[in-house]
Amino acid sequence: MPNIKELQAKAIAVRKELLQTIYIGGTGHTGGALSSTDLLVGLFYYKMKHDPKNPLWDERDRFLLSKGHSVEGYYTILADCGYFPKEELKTFSKFKSRLIGHPSTKVPGVEMNTGSLGHGLPVGVGMAIAFKMDNKDNKVYVLMGDGEQAEGSIWEAAMAASNYKLDNIVGIVDRNHLQISGNTEDVMKLEDFSAKWTAFGWDVQQINGNNMDEIIKAYDSVCTKNGKPHLIIANTIKGKGVSFMENVAKWHHGVPTEEQLKVALEELDCQLKELM
Amino acid sequence: MEKVPNRKSFTDTLLELAKKDRNIIAVATDSRGSVTLGDFADQLPRQFVECGIAEQDAVGISAGLATCGKKPYVCAPASFLSTRSLDQIKVDVAYSHTNVKVIGISGGISYGALGMSHHSLQDIAVMRAIPGITIILPSDKFQTREMTKALVDFDGPVYVRMGRGPVESVYSDGYCPFVIGKANVLKDGKDIAIIATGETVIEAVRAAEILSKDNKNARVIDMHTIKPLDESVILQAAEECGAILTAEEHSLNGGLGEAVAHVLIQNKHVPMKILGFPDESLVSGNSKELFEYYGLNSDGIVSQAKRLLNV
Repeated sequence: MPNIKELQAKAIAVRKELLQTIYIGGTGHTGGALSSTDLLVGLFYYKMKHDPKNPLWDERDRFLLSKGHSVEGYYTILADCGYFPKEELKTFSKFKSRLIGHPSTKVPGVEMNTGSLGHGLPVGVGMAIAFKMDNKDNKVYVLMGDGEQAEGSIWEAAMAASNYKLDNIVGIVDRNHLQISGNTEDVMKLEDFSAKWTAFGWDVQQINGNNMDEIIKAYDSVCTKNGKPHLIIANTIKGKGVSFMENVAKWHHGVPTEEQLKVALEELDCQLKELM
Repeated sequence: MEKVPNRKSFTDTLLELAKKDRNIIAVATDSRGSVTLGDFADQLPRQFVECGIAEQDAVGISAGLATCGKKPYVCAPASFLSTRSLDQIKVDVAYSHTNVKVIGISGGISYGALGMSHHSLQDIAVMRAIPGITIILPSDKFQTREMTKALVDFDGPVYVRMGRGPVESVYSDGYCPFVIGKANVLKDGKDIAIIATGETVIEAVRAAEILSKDNKNARVIDMHTIKPLDESVILQAAEECGAILTAEEHSLNGGLGEAVAHVLIQNKHVPMKILGFPDESLVSGNSKELFEYYGLNSDGIVSQAKRLLNV
């Protein structure tokens, strides 16, 4: 088993960094970046095969941030892994920066341009089919939002993944129950969410997506060669880690003031101390 | 000479090429019949991906395949492919610069009587506005064959539009040089230049023959690539012919005609006329009837050419 504590500490560090990135950039999707941080940390620091020194390494697993608006945590992690200099995070969303507000392939480590919702899973299915065609063991991980689930293309891809028995693809849904207009169940009801994916032929499990122990166990349990694609419904808290941001819809797209940033960073420091 | 649908020339050639290159993948949307991919699916099932009636998914899957070194050809009726999955073409194919060939078949008014839902008269316009995508409309079976060969070695996003029905050969001697972005001048002439694309090219050729009987010598240009557009051949035609007429199986809005006009207005002002379909839901009819009704057949082209030449 990995050192859970180290991963938890890494997640706190990533949250601190992404908040500063958003503050300096003056824009960002704070809530969703914070809710999905633990899931990304589990992938990039534990589960996925990847090599920052060789971003196009043939044996690498593929990651697609289908909910492209949560790019701040993604960029932070890529920088921390060494795909590009951390200093560059300060250019986020600035004039002529390659770190634009949604994942861009100009940034080393990013596989596809995303941003328009409902795109990640179909592309991931294409990758997974290609790996099957070539008898390769690479895995494909696609992180989606829960509001994003209203896009029909996701369900087209869900059907195809099941049809082609793609047990090399893992869909992860950041189930934080909030989207830009409010609660997902008010905007467009998803429940019984798990049953829908199961009916589409996927192996589904639900976890606490802000609990590193559960995340690691879930990642270890997927990608079994059982002929079925895998979905992890990761129940998370939007704005996770910062008390005044947690479960508040307006932080979907919000930039902290200097004072708010200070409070947020102090809270995260406290969490780090408690952890240690 | 036997009339052959361009789609058939495409799929026959693709099958030949795919037998030698296992990375060539045909992606269909319950369209293997309409595209004529049946032989491909039967002979190379491991290089064939069926997506069902899901054009958005098919384009996304193709982009994913391309990122793993495959050469996907996503084939579906042009109408659905070019608009239903436009966002995927924009983001997953063009923006991400994936090596996906988007093959729209039964384009234009091939499905004449099936109505506007099945007509594809805006595909050139929308594709023109997307950066990074090449647009090709082959004119006959020979050119389609050469184009298909050229595409295998062309690394980048391409939108191809072909019709459904059999097409009379433009290149009846079988010789068809094909370079992406370089138009073919089929007939020289100094009185007027007729620039056509896709299946209107044969009508332009016939129109030039009719005009020659009136001692009007028309230059005929097969503009198979709409983007990147061969600007030099347009400017040379304007300089040497003094009048330009364009013909396309597309809306008057945003197609070949407007692309040519865009070049001319900034460089060389000459009398010009754009022939295409009006900005309205069309009357019912087969291809031949609609070409005639909307003045896109050879007689219609001749009539507009004469008007442009004041004869």
